[in-house]
Order: sequence, then structure tokens, then C-alpha cells
Amino acid sequence: MARTRTFVVHVENKPGVLNRVASLFRRRSFNIDSLNVGTTHEPGVSRMTIVCQADDDTAKRIEANLYKLVNCLRVDEITDVPSVGRNLALIKVGVDAERRAEVLQLCDVFRARPIDVGPESVVVEITGAPDKIEGLVEVLRPFGVLEMVQTGTVAMARGAQKYELGNGHHNSSSPVRAA
Amino acid sequence: MPDRVGETLTGAQLLWEALVREGVSVCFGYPGGAIMPAYDALPKYPIHHVLTRHEQGASHMADGYARASGKVGVCVATSGPGATNLVTGIATAMLDSIPMVAITGQVPSGLIGSDAFQETDITGVTLPITKHNYLVTRPEEIVPALREAFYIARSGRPGPVVVDITKDAQQQSCTFEWDDTPIALPGYRPDYSPLSEDLERALELINEAKRPIVFAGHGVMRGQATGRLLDFIQKTDIPVACTLLGLGGFPATHPRNLGMMGMHGEAWVNTAIQESDLIIALGMRFDDRVTGNLKNYAAEAKKIHVELDPAEINKNVRVDVPIVGDVRDVLGKLLPRVQPSDRSEWLGRIDALKGDAAVRDIKYMPDSGKLYAAHVIHDLYRFTEGAALVVTDVGQHQMWEAQYYKHDHPRKLLTSGGLGTMGFALPAAIGARFAKPDEEVWVVVGDGGVQMTACEFSTCAQEGIKVNVAIINNGFLGMVRQWQEFFYEGRYVATPMVSPDFCKLAEAHGLTGIRVTARSEVEPAVRKAQETDGTVVIDFRVEQEDAVYPMVPAGADLGDMIRRPEEPATDAKTKGPLSRALGHNPIFETGED
Ligand SMILES: Cc1ncc(C[n+]2csc(CCOP(=O)(O)OP(=O)(O)O)c2C)c(N)n1
Repeated sequence: MARTRTFVVHVENKPGVLNRVASLFRRRSFNIDSLNVGTTHEPGVSRMTIVCQADDDTAKRIEANLYKLVNCLRVDEITDVPSVGRNLALIKVGVDAERRAEVLQLCDVFRARPIDVGPESVVVEITGAPDKIEGLVEVLRPFGVLEMVQTGTVAMARGAQKYELGNGHHNSSSPVRAA
Repeated sequence: MPDRVGETLTGAQLLWEALVREGVSVCFGYPGGAIMPAYDALPKYPIHHVLTRHEQGASHMADGYARASGKVGVCVATSGPGATNLVTGIATAMLDSIPMVAITGQVPSGLIGSDAFQETDITGVTLPITKHNYLVTRPEEIVPALREAFYIARSGRPGPVVVDITKDAQQQSCTFEWDDTPIALPGYRPDYSPLSEDLERALELINEAKRPIVFAGHGVMRGQATGRLLDFIQKTDIPVACTLLGLGGFPATHPRNLGMMGMHGEAWVNTAIQESDLIIALGMRFDDRVTGNLKNYAAEAKKIHVELDPAEINKNVRVDVPIVGDVRDVLGKLLPRVQPSDRSEWLGRIDALKGDAAVRDIKYMPDSGKLYAAHVIHDLYRFTEGAALVVTDVGQHQMWEAQYYKHDHPRKLLTSGGLGTMGFALPAAIGARFAKPDEEVWVVVGDGGVQMTACEFSTCAQEGIKVNVAIINNGFLGMVRQWQEFFYEGRYVATPMVSPDFCKLAEAHGLTGIRVTARSEVEPAVRKAQETDGTVVIDFRVEQEDAVYPMVPAGADLGDMIRRPEEPATDAKTKGPLSRALGHNPIFETGED
């Protein structure tokens, strides 16, 4: 049964690597919900968080196919390990001074922060799981949402272990052991 | 050749320095603006360049060279149209896991992205059809990129790598440095070793199985596991079925070899697969042409899948024991611990299936005065003592070759299996010829496919090389015609094909042409080809509407084959079908197989 999966993928920060990863998902018809990429604390290493829909076999094949990319350093599926995941959204609401306090109060409930206040609008920043962000958007909608933008999920496993690059499972059969 | 490490060289020189050090002695290519600096530097280096007539030919030649030699094949082209003409050959190599390095020129780095004259984003175009690719814009990157390219192409599951080098990188200079230490790419680990628990489970299944069958795929040959496989079969007495690319990985004449499986596999092979209780798949990937309908595929069989590429496991067929590793290594570990077993019941069952199919074998049918393609291939097998290196194209003739030419040795059949690329055979055979100058090379090709790359006859002439070309000329795009006959109520749309006089075509190139229209002419023609210097083209005018049997229609169950019609024989009343088939055989002029 297909369900939402989260992969953390470390790649070499080289030109075209994002294209290789995206092309792989497209070509194999793996379904991406979101893909987020950025640099890490290690020079030359980028980290992607990929959220996608896949059943057990497909998830193993996604992992195995990612490992086939020469620039891919390490793949971890963290769907079923304790982890934290966050999206970031910016929401611009069209309100004047009169109703601003009302909006800010709602934001407080959602632990969102105003980061820009103008005479006729407020920009609110919120981080959280996608459903929390959706919740805020719904309550702000009646005030008039002028525009919004959000990142895909970035995720991380809990616990103290450090990711050793090049120390993934890919040196054994484990990515493909029968589920 | 002087050792020029430490000297300042141009990018063009660095390219050839790197190739020489990678052991390249021949490459196949076609020049043009963006690769001219490289060509200009070539004559100083001990690499023979074969000028092809089309870059597609260059890519297939590099592929054929790689298949026949086991080494990395190299092709060279200019930017834009030169590079895009390589694409079919690169895709062909990708799907059949062939080690190849394709070097392309690119417009000067300053012009990239400007739609400059003959600019194509070839790394973008080839991204999904290469194992990896490089865009090189500085001379310092040329040597490292090429070293990595050769390493990636030949290690692990092999594949093609494109190295696209800008013209200015070829023209500029830098110090030549050569690093002999093994390449370490942080994200690339081609070698997997099997887990012992998986081996244990496999051993249990193998030692318990009553009706086991081994699948020999391309990985057996690529992994140099043919000897181990033979030992494994001698010990276990398990019958072997081969994929198209696996033919030759286990001797065809070995009593345990059943032959090819799949869409045009013999009926006994496919039926045995459907009746088996254990499949031991070695270095193959359960392609849809091999399995038919997956829902009812070998439903009673447990499956062990030995494969180097983890991404192939559970892709098409769900397996019980995946073993990720090299076939040779895995067989070596299993061999001491598998137990011999009495297989007489299972082998007897398969023999019974065989007997039934032999009756329908066209090889055993009485000579009706017609020239059948199967007869031509069977005779070719006999008159070359089964020892030729045969390169086939794609279509009916390819399947007949697979059925009737019995390959006992690896790397003796080269064919485009995964992509099914028409036009492959002639150029691939030219490449193979450079890899194996002392072997008898035969091309088996259709009248359609030969015309896709017939320009390479001219390459044969210029290079003065000998390949023998058997054109199985049926006046149709035969395989498509067969599908039209079976599945489109015989509407022959766009399949009847008018061809040139192939003998005259050969002569126009300064080659020898022979026409054969009757069975009795086959042997003299083959003998003459063998004795003649230079390339010989034989135009075999075969039955036009013959079909390849058996056939599992696309998407049907593997056991659901369209069988070869049983020909009513004159002595049917006096003899049973088996003796009629196996007894005196009027079509063999020699009276023996
Ligand atoms: C480049 C390419 N185009 C089209 C096809 C589809 N196709 C497969 S077999 C075939 C007919 C081949 O005809 P011919 O070369 O005469 O060989 P025959 O089947 O008659 O032996 C065609 C058109 C293909 N495999 N490759």
C-alpha cells in the first residue's frame, strides 16, 4: 500500500545533481510530494528531504536507485523512525489597523510570528507540520490572504547519532531485503 | 610513447594521453567543428581511429567492441548533431549494461547556453540513458573526468558514460598529471557482497527443491561466472534456461541446457518455468519479454534472485530470497554446500515436453523446396561448426538465430536485447571485428535493419575488414508483419519493403555479393564467404510470410503460447510423430544434424 514516505538524501554539491535526482523520480514514475534541498554544515555536501508516495517495494527501489547516482552519498528513509519534520510558510494577509489585532491574536494561537507590518497588510511566518500551516491559512482566509509561499518539508531523525556519510546501508543487501 | 607526465599539454593531447593509459587502442568516430582540436592531436598517439559513416554506427561499433572484448568501447563525435546521433547507441548500451565511453565535443564554454551553432545540451539529453555523464569546461578536468568515466563504465553493473568536452578546454593547456591510485568516488560503491543469512536461505531452498530451474542471464557472462555455473550444474543437475543476452553463458549443447526462455522461447522451456517449484535467477532482470503476464508467472515457484544491481530486486517479480552480489562470488559460496540430488522425475517431465515440441520443429520438417530462415541459420550453425561470433539485428531473424544457432561459448552472440535496436548488427559486428580480428564474424540481419545502417558497408571497405553478412531477406519488416498477421487480422500496413539489389550494393562498395534462393545453395554460399577476403554479403531470399514460433503474445501468460502449426506429413499414418520427427530427415542433405 502506498503511503507518505520521507527520505533524507545527502548528495555531493555539484552542478546538475538536483536535476539527476529529479530526473530519476520522473523517469521511474516515483511520485514526489515535496523536495527540499540546501547546503549542510559539511563543505560540498547538500541535503535533500524528499517526501513521496510509495509502497514498501517502491520505497526500497527508490533508495536503491538513488544509490545508483554517482553523486549520491547516503540515503535514509526516516518514515518510521522517530523524527521531526517542519515546513516554513510566509502568509501575507490584507488587513488595515482596525482588524490587525484580531489577526495577530490568531497567529499567537498558532505560534506564528508577524515579520512585516504595513498600513494595509501583515506578513506572518509560521513553521510546523503541513496541517498546522493549513489550519492557519483557513482561519486567515476570511481576512483576505493576498499571497502565500511555503517550503517543502525538511526533516531529521531524533536522537544523538551522527550521520556518517558513506556509512549507509548500501554496502549490503539491506536496501532490498524482502520487506 | 614518451611519458609526458609533468609537461604542459593541450586539453586535446590530455584526452588521448588519458585514453592510451586506459588501454584504448581503437576508437570509432566522426569529426566536426567542436571536436577538431582533439582530432588534430590524434595522429601522435597509438590509437587507431575508425571513421564511420554515421555517429550511430560509431556508438554501435564501440558497443560491439565492448561486448566482444569485455573492455570499454570508445566512440567520439562532435557537438550538436554529432552528439545526438550517438543517442540511440548510448541507449542501446545502457539497457544491455555495456561499458562504453562516449566523448563529444561541445561549443566553447563561453557560448554554452546561448544556442550557439551546433550546441546541444548532450549531458542533459543523455542523463536518463547513461550511467553517469560529465561536462568538462577546463583542461585540468579532462584527465580526472576520463579516468572516472572509464572506472564507472566498467565497474559494478557496467554502462555508458558520456564525457562532453568544450572546444576551449581542448585548446587550452595545463600540466599533465596522472594519478595511479585507485579511484575513490565518495558516493559510488559498485561492489556488493552477499549477506550470509540470504545465502543460508537460498541453500535451504535449493537443497529442498523438487523442480528447480536456473536462469542464466547476461550477468553470468559479464561477471565471468560461466565456469562456476558449469560446476554448479554438474553438481546439482539442475536444468538451465537462458535469457537472450545470457545465450552462450552456459553451453547450448550441454544436456541440461533447455535453451532460451520468454516470448520466443521454446515451449518446453516456458512450460518448465511455469511448472517449476524454484527459480534460481542469475544476473538477469525479469524483463517483460521474459515473464509475460506477471500475475500468473511461475506461480508455484519460490524465487532466488542473484543480481549485482539492488534496484533490480523486486522490480518486476517479487522474489523470496534476494542476493545482491556478483554471480561468480555467490556461486562460489553456494557451490561447496549445494547437495546433488536425483532429478530423474523432473528431467523426465521436461524431456516429455521436448518431444512434443520437436515434432513441430521446422528443422525437422520435410524439404518442400522452400528456403526457410530457420534452415539458413541452422546450416550456418553447421558450416561454421558453431564457433562463429554472430551479431544479430532485431526482428524475426534475431529470434531464429537465438533458437537455431547453438552458442557454446560466451561473447559469441552479440545482440541488442533490452532496447531492440534495428541497425545495430552491422556496425556492432565491425566493432567486434576489431576486438576479435581472428574470429569468424557473421552478421545475421533483416532486409529492414540492414538498410538502417548500410552506410557502414563503406566503413568495411575503407578499413579493409572482413565480416560476413547474412541478410535474411523476406521482403517485409518481418516481425511487425508477424504481429499484423496474428493480432491485426493480417493488415500489412507499412511492412512490405522494397529493397535494393543487395548483391549490387555490396559490389558498389567493392565488396562481394552472393544471392541464395534455394536450400542447396546455402552451403556453397557460406563456404565462398569463408574463403573470400573482405566483407561478403549474402542475400538469402527466404519465405516471405514465415513466422517465429512459439510465441507468447505480449501480456499473455508465459504458458499461453501460439505454437508452431504441426505440418501434415505424408507418412503420418505409418509413423508416430516422434519417429517422424527424429528419424530419417529428408531436409538434411548430409543426412545428419
Ligand atoms: C530502430 C527500430 N525501429 C523500429 C523497430 C520495430 N521493429 C522491431 S522488429 C521490426 C522489423 C524488422 O524487420 P527486418 O529488419 O526486415 O527483420 P525481420 O523481422 O524480417 O527478420 C521492426 C520494424 C525497432 N525494433 N527498432
